Amino acid sequence: MTNDIAGIKKADVILIIGSDTSAAHPVIAARIKQAVRDGKTKLIVIDPKKITIADYADIYASHRPGTDVAVLNCLMHEILKNGWEDKEYIQNRLEGFEEFKAEVMKDIYSPEYVEKISGVPAETLRAIAKLFGTAKTASLYYAMGITQHTTGTDNVWSTANLQMICGNLGVEGGGVNPLRGQSNVQGACDMGGLPNVYPGYQKVTDAKAQAKFEKAWNCKLDNKVGITVTEMFDAMYDGKLKGLYVMGENPYLSDPDQNHIIKAMETIDFMVVQDLFMTETAAYADVILPAAAYAEKEGHVTNTERRVQKSNKVIDPPKGVKADWEIIQLIANAMGSDWNYQSPRDITKEINLLTPQYAGITWERVGRNGLQWPCPTTDHPGTPYLHKGKFARGKGLLKPIPFQEANELPDEEYPLILTTGRVLQQFHTGTMSRKTEGLNNLAGPMVMISVYDAEKMGISNSEVVKIATRRGEIEAPAFVTKRIQPGVIYIPFHYSEAPANRLTNSAIDPVAKIPEYKVCAAKVKKTN
Amino acid sequence: MNFYRSHILIGIDDSSLEAGVKEIEQALQEELSKLNLTDEINILETGTLGYFGTGVSMMVYPEQVTYVNLKKEDIAEIAKEHFLKGRPVQRLILDNTLTRQYDFNYKNRIVLSNSGIIDPENIDEYMGAGGYEAWEKALTSMKPAELVEEVKASGLRGRGGAGFPTGLKWSFTAPLTADQKYVVVNADEGEPGTFKDRLIMEGDPHKLLEGVMLCAYAIGANRAYIYIRGEYKLCIARLEKAINQAREYGILGENIFESGFSLDIFIKIGAGAYVCGEETALIESMEGNRGNPRSKPPFPGVSGAWQKPTVVNNVETLANVPAIIKNGASWFKEFGVEGCYGTKVYTVMGDVKLPGLCEVDMGTTLRTIIEQYGGGMKDGKKFKAALAGGAAGVFLNDTLLDVNMDYNSLKEYAAVLGSGAILVMNEDADMVDMLWSVIRFFRHESCGKCNPCANGNEILYKTITRIRNGEGCEADLDEMIKVSDVMNQTSFCALGQSLIMPVRSAIENFREDFLARMK
Amino acid sequence: MQVYLNGKAYEAKPGETVLQLALRNGIYIPHLCFHEKTGQAAKCRACVVEVEGIPGLKTSCNLPLKEGLKISTNSERVLDAQRMVVDLALSSGRHDCLSCEQSGNCELQDAAYYLGIERPTYQLYEDNFEVDDSSEFILVDRSKCISCGRCVEACNHTVVNEVIGFGERGFATKIVFDGDIPMGTSTCVQCGECMQLCPVGCIIDKRAVGSGRNWELDKVETVCPYCGVGCRMEVQVDRKQNKITRILGVDDSPTNNGMLCVKGRFGFDFVNSDERLTSPLIKENGSFRDASWEEAIALIARKFTEIKKEFGSDAIAGLASAKVTNEENFAFQKFIRKEVGTNNVDHCARL
Ligand SMILES: Cc1cc2nc3c(=O)[nH]c(=O)nc-3n(C[C@H](O)[C@H](O)[C@H](O)COP(=O)(O)O)c2cc1C
Ligand code: SF4
Ligand code: SF4
Ligand code: SF4
Ligand code: SF4
Repeated sequence: MTNDIAGIKKADVILIIGSDTSAAHPVIAARIKQAVRDGKTKLIVIDPKKITIADYADIYASHRPGTDVAVLNCLMHEILKNGWEDKEYIQNRLEGFEEFKAEVMKDIYSPEYVEKISGVPAETLRAIAKLFGTAKTASLYYAMGITQHTTGTDNVWSTANLQMICGNLGVEGGGVNPLRGQSNVQGACDMGGLPNVYPGYQKVTDAKAQAKFEKAWNCKLDNKVGITVTEMFDAMYDGKLKGLYVMGENPYLSDPDQNHIIKAMETIDFMVVQDLFMTETAAYADVILPAAAYAEKEGHVTNTERRVQKSNKVIDPPKGVKADWEIIQLIANAMGSDWNYQSPRDITKEINLLTPQYAGITWERVGRNGLQWPCPTTDHPGTPYLHKGKFARGKGLLKPIPFQEANELPDEEYPLILTTGRVLQQFHTGTMSRKTEGLNNLAGPMVMISVYDAEKMGISNSEVVKIATRRGEIEAPAFVTKRIQPGVIYIPFHYSEAPANRLTNSAIDPVAKIPEYKVCAAKVKKTN
Repeated sequence: MNFYRSHILIGIDDSSLEAGVKEIEQALQEELSKLNLTDEINILETGTLGYFGTGVSMMVYPEQVTYVNLKKEDIAEIAKEHFLKGRPVQRLILDNTLTRQYDFNYKNRIVLSNSGIIDPENIDEYMGAGGYEAWEKALTSMKPAELVEEVKASGLRGRGGAGFPTGLKWSFTAPLTADQKYVVVNADEGEPGTFKDRLIMEGDPHKLLEGVMLCAYAIGANRAYIYIRGEYKLCIARLEKAINQAREYGILGENIFESGFSLDIFIKIGAGAYVCGEETALIESMEGNRGNPRSKPPFPGVSGAWQKPTVVNNVETLANVPAIIKNGASWFKEFGVEGCYGTKVYTVMGDVKLPGLCEVDMGTTLRTIIEQYGGGMKDGKKFKAALAGGAAGVFLNDTLLDVNMDYNSLKEYAAVLGSGAILVMNEDADMVDMLWSVIRFFRHESCGKCNPCANGNEILYKTITRIRNGEGCEADLDEMIKVSDVMNQTSFCALGQSLIMPVRSAIENFREDFLARMK
Repeated sequence: MQVYLNGKAYEAKPGETVLQLALRNGIYIPHLCFHEKTGQAAKCRACVVEVEGIPGLKTSCNLPLKEGLKISTNSERVLDAQRMVVDLALSSGRHDCLSCEQSGNCELQDAAYYLGIERPTYQLYEDNFEVDDSSEFILVDRSKCISCGRCVEACNHTVVNEVIGFGERGFATKIVFDGDIPMGTSTCVQCGECMQLCPVGCIIDKRAVGSGRNWELDKVETVCPYCGVGCRMEVQVDRKQNKITRILGVDDSPTNNGMLCVKGRFGFDFVNSDERLTSPLIKENGSFRDASWEEAIALIARKFTEIKKEFGSDAIAGLASAKVTNEENFAFQKFIRKEVGTNNVDHCARL
């Protein structure tokens, strides 16, 4: 998030697009609902499903999955047409405006045209543009509904474009605010758990950065960008990747095109999985290492608003398990190295030294409430919102983003759009949440299908149906509802007994390499 | 327009409707046309005539004959005997001796000046009786601040129970700047045994509207709500009609009398709980919430309905205002006593010969009210007690019969005027039963918002029930006073706070009754 | 601004109420409905105090401070009234502290203790209260409800789920879910906000019943392991059993302000699960066998070194984790980059 959670209340208008906020980020949803309930803030929700938070919205629009760019461009089209943009901001802080304008002012982004593309009535698009465009400060929240597309990068650019032309970046109560799905996605990225960057987003291709880390670690480092998760499984499948070390992840359920993943894991020579449980992925490993849970060790995690918080040891780990950092150190040393961390604190010190944004976030300073990066020095108070005054790169860049359809569209054989996501009571691949019986009682597998489609196919509520795509098929009970639009079905991806990712398309965004979980063509059949 | 020889006023109120007044009126209409008298005798529907327990009644002018307890079978006889032959039917006339005692004291009537005289459903009649003159005067020649000053100078105090000076209340809200202000008429009248507001609205709805208009102009509100009990069907119908007539006449609406001032009045149906008469609970209920009182401050005058400055006034309070503006504050001050001016409408009920409504000067003694207006004690029984001021009132014994009934004098006896309900009890009455029913009422009406009232009432009810069943002891009496005293000191709103008055007065003034149950 | 509490001068902060000032300075005034989060309700009336120059008692929770105000929080008159008010609340329900889950953490119990109330004077409740155990994680024992309204305020204004309200009136007043249906069938999302704020033992953690007295449990703050909001939570631990008993939100945390969701609050069973792995496992002939740490680590080191030698560093890759700490992710990527010698490191962040 460019902004902080406490600042949610300061917005005059909040736009949620591609985030089932009350299910995936319930406490942020609560903050947004508070702001709406206090009466000062207006809420716009754009989502293919009428998600719970849409009930609190002043305007709700249900767009066809995969048409986000068209919708966002249309909003900007209307905003520019009516002169609601922040001209001074554009003048002083942005560049690339003319090229950008030439794109969004095309006729295909007029409300009437976009109504045809997205299914959102032109009148609604106009109303949203007006409410958003004329607001003093407006903030935008999104999650995987924006990123998990082959056009994910485009979608993200479009949200930034919108916020830039409205002058909503770098102000309290504004911002582009992606909501992070897991407790420490932010931290994993910050710490260089990415193929192209060292900790602190220092590029592996940058000679200076390379030199810095080589010196600190006293070794030679590679300056070639590594491969991403999706590419890893392709390489495994092709026999090019021989060894894989998985720490606390469950790609079996979380990655697209499950059959492909399984074959890849079967092919690889040597795979190590480090986890709390015998996960679906661990079953394919050659060695499994038992790891300590969050409550059994110390360290820091960084939340979606870049707040680094201390995670404390609450109970003792069961006998026989070790903390992840200890295990890593053991392997490193067994391979002939000389690591000597006595405790996580020693690693924190190294992070402070090598990660500019984290330089001031020392073990001693974090305290109960944490610190928000960037925090470059030990007397810096932390940064609640980014881009204040100027952008990190100097001027904000507006980029023309043409609309592109999703990779796989419905056709005669697979007439429905399948989109996936989360439910409130379960989490990710269920490794943690599914161990609590009550959560399972509350939320089991299902496929959400519109009343219209269900009636057409003679499917009744709770009836177990088959869902098939070009990649596979699963069975799940139908949840027949008006909350989803005709032509679209939705399946939460938490369940190994009905794994949504057996169905999803592994086509990826060319830049971010994120698979298109939110759109693929599917069909539903009765089981009997 | 015809010149009628006689006018028949038929009192239409909820109780006469129940007694079949419409049918009887129909029958009268038919009889009169059979006798070809329709050009000479005019039938007028009006609000209540001020009697209770008298079924269908009608009053004939100019003879000033009042018929009561009419049945359909009587109509033919009355038509022939009285209207054709000029011989009133003695057996149906209200007791003559009583009518003499029952002195309406016309010159004193401010609030009820038109009730039972004009057709409440006809705006022309109201205007014919001088109605809307004050409104015109205010809009064409007075500044809002002058109105506030005039009402302040009149010394008018709220008739809803608390007796707060009305002009002062307005003066808090008038100077505030806000995008919206409201006038809210408290027509919830939940006090058992009180129907004064109902009769004002039934009998003279335009007078209330005019009061509302004056108040709205004075404080700068252009929306007003009348929050009225759902049971008051006739009032609602008549008010709606009156509002429509006023709109048609341009007395209400946009830019009234070219003054630039706009106002509209709306009716809100109440939630039917006693506590919804408390002004902040009323506002909550009006906003669609559970009818629980709100914290004060902020007072409604500053932040009321929908958080906007709001003046809440009782029906009777507002019905006084047109006369004050029309005739001036000093005219008003000729009525009543020092510090408490004007008149008060009482609902006198219980063991009196003539239960009903009367409007008398402030400061009139209880004895006068009972004897002169209530017709004295019924069946020759002796006076024992009066519960004055409604359920949350005080049980007075005969030593207090000569106290002046006004806010200041009563205060000395820890008594209140309240809503003006007076329940008179004779020697047969038992104060244990009386207090039991008062407490039962409060227990039922406690909204449950605050702990002392919700639970305190439960204790009081359990205790008084025990005493009533002959299982009490003297210590229970002290306990009851103690509990209601803490309720008085700590309850959230006046409902829980005021139980101490009936409890203490019943126990202290009529202790024998309680002890008698303990043997 | 200077004011006086019980004859002693105190400096008040702007906007502070008498109750807040007193509590901030360690002066206890019994209060059952006020909570910093749900704000003043002035419903319980236990916080009454005396103010010089004002007749009658005033509730301190909604009494604004004025320069020079002289307040007494412990005069006989004040204590008498407080005692009666708290006694009434205590009398209204079945407050058997012996068996109540909230004992030791109950604000009604604290108030009664402060005022020296040994047992309720009256017994007002009838034995016909229903216990609503229809919800998966939350138990509602209405016989203990004192109608303080915190849960109603919390559900409607804090988490804005708009499920709880008051039903009935007077003594019969009770909290109701969605108009008056069992909690388990209502639209409640079991965030547990109401439970956390209930001052007594009416809304309680169903699974924690009988699993330890409040004072026996250790309390440690940490961060929720689920989504990226990073809610701060207080974990209550039974040390003897090395077991998590219950989890509360941390009220003064800037991220969650005490709120949690159903996963964060109740989804901790995995930590103490029997299915936890407790020994390294090595796959032999298609099935796993227990192995010692030494053996497992040596095997991994050997294998990785071999692959590196034979196929080059880029034939190895690592998946870091969005579920472990920064320190561990740092160590992981350092391992892949330094020891393996490749940038093939990623994680499932985007999935
Ligand atoms: C429990 C309770 C019930 C009340 N009921 C009424 C009522 O029915 N009608 C009314 O006018 N005032 C009622 N009041 C008084 C109102 O709160 C308020 O004082 C009054 O409407 C103000 O109008 P006034 O100043 O014109 O009297 C009630 C007060 C309490 C505490
Ligand atoms: S005193 Fe009684 S009526 Fe008034 S708020 Fe308290 S419970 Fe409700
Ligand atoms: S658990 Fe949450 S949603 Fe359910 S009633 Fe309580 S506060 Fe409301
Ligand atoms: S359930 Fe608890 S929080 Fe809710 S009103 Fe009752 S005592 Fe208060
Ligand atoms: S309690 Fe819920 S919202 Fe908060 S971090 Fe945990 S999972 Fe996320």
